[in-house]
Amino acid sequence: MTRIFETPLYPYARSRDQDAQATIRHPVIVAGAGPVGLAAAIDLAQQGVPVVVLDENDRVSHGSRAICFSKRTLEIADRLGFGEQLVQKGVRWNLGKVFFGDRKVYEFNLLPEEGHRRPAFINLQQYHLEHDMVSRLRQLQAAGAPIDLRGRNRVTAVVPHPDHVSLTIETPEGPYALEADWLIACDGAGSPVREMLGMGFTGRVFEDNFLIADVTMQADFPTERWFWFDPPFNPGQSALLHKQPDGIWRIDLQLGHGIDRKRETEPERVKARLRQMLGPEVDFELEWVSIYSFQCRRMERFREGRVIFAGDAAHQVSPFGARGANSGFQDTDNLCWKIKLVLDGTAPETLLDSYTAERIQAADENILNSTRSTDFITPKSANSRMFRDAVLDLSAAYPFARPLVNSGRLSLPCTHDDSPINGPDGLADGPSRTRPGSACPDAPLASGDYLLDQLGNGFTLMGLATDAPGISGLRVVDPGGRITPQLRARYLGDESSALYLIRPDQHVAARWSTADDATVEATLARVKAGG
Amino acid sequence: MTDLVLEPNIDRPDDLYADLLEAHEGLDEAASAALNARLILVLANHVGDRELFRAALAAARNAGA
Repeated sequence: MTRIFETPLYPYARSRDQDAQATIRHPVIVAGAGPVGLAAAIDLAQQGVPVVVLDENDRVSHGSRAICFSKRTLEIADRLGFGEQLVQKGVRWNLGKVFFGDRKVYEFNLLPEEGHRRPAFINLQQYHLEHDMVSRLRQLQAAGAPIDLRGRNRVTAVVPHPDHVSLTIETPEGPYALEADWLIACDGAGSPVREMLGMGFTGRVFEDNFLIADVTMQADFPTERWFWFDPPFNPGQSALLHKQPDGIWRIDLQLGHGIDRKRETEPERVKARLRQMLGPEVDFELEWVSIYSFQCRRMERFREGRVIFAGDAAHQVSPFGARGANSGFQDTDNLCWKIKLVLDGTAPETLLDSYTAERIQAADENILNSTRSTDFITPKSANSRMFRDAVLDLSAAYPFARPLVNSGRLSLPCTHDDSPINGPDGLADGPSRTRPGSACPDAPLASGDYLLDQLGNGFTLMGLATDAPGISGLRVVDPGGRITPQLRARYLGDESSALYLIRPDQHVAARWSTADDATVEATLARVKAGG
Repeated sequence: MTDLVLEPNIDRPDDLYADLLEAHEGLDEAASAALNARLILVLANHVGDRELFRAALAAARNAGA
């Protein structure tokens, strides 16, 4: 069987730019065609911004890699036109089991909140996601969108200038030069662009190694997440078992420090470990094996003149809590509408400073959460292990200790409380979860549609029990007739009316109980000006 | 927040102290430390309030040699 990640999906093809007499300048070049780079490209192209994506490879990523995609990512994917494919294919789960030593200490049900179009998250191999994203890109291309994905185009030099960036690109047919008004670097944790600009990437290094394996199994394992602390088959370490589509299971085994990587990835050795874990009676086949270690760190700033960093290139977290790819999607969600306004000349470049401010806040939140999970899963001292084990022992007997068990905290969108582009919160008794800076929570509408499908791409006004003033350039969302209980709970609370100004990335910019045209217009102008 | 009580608050302190010693009797160092850890977590949950817990942590730290 030829695996999806072994087939070139966007093979090298000579571009007209390579034969041009003078160097061609593009409004936006994206370095890297992983999930984050593709999201940036699709978002910009959807808004009519011409974009070129350069990738040193020509196919989707190898192995499952990022496998948990959160609700917020699915909502962003909906806005970008490929959410349905992900949800159709992805595996949903609600039940988790936690094991300590040789016993199950407890199980839990996530009990996701009702009234959202999308589940709390899905499990899906990264290569399926990337495949769906490339299909979406092709669909946009076929409809005439200005988007160009160039395989085996490796960026080898980056020279920043005050109003553009010069790039040198290596291809199978030799190098060529390009220029970009803006370069978005989505080229991963080892970001060559970051290295070429000599920009720092500091934080905490973790020395633990993890073996990850994709395994096909005939066994009737339930669709649950199983997490082991200190199991008999991996003493002193941890293990995770997760179901993916296509009958493939993802297994993560902590290996500890100072291991022999080559030896640990030998198929016979891996299989022996897995047999211990799954039991002798389970038939399985090894699809893919890799070893990873990680760091929790970020760049000091995410923008250097005309070069902007997003995803792992800008920040790296531990895998616990699925905060890598998910936060990368939120980066480009935050960035693309701002670049579009700047390119259109309707916003100053300083609007992009809010990208750095907001996404650094998010990166710090993600690093804090994932570092805490890491400290629980891989205790760094005898004392820290003692408290960890005490929590696990107590969790078997008493519910109170279960919230202290930290095998990864679900990735939720960051609320940008101190963002420079937040407008006023004029809704004193409004729900806290929809205060300015929040990602809009979904809610069902009386029509049977969902709220988030009505929001995004441009600035929107939503009036609840009050008329939204008609303002040029502002789309008005009418929740239609009756206000559903979920919409009321999430957007009105104890207030009798509410008016929300919502950003193109579905975040609340400002809210009032009512507001006149002049107030809304002034707030919108301030948001676009970067605060 | 309730203030952390640092005045005598235990009825029959000798009995309570004896309970504490008795719980540790026969345990080796590691088992004793583990029991203490579980005890701290049980009491911390009862306290609930993070500020009060932090005040207790500070009080314990301050009294150390």
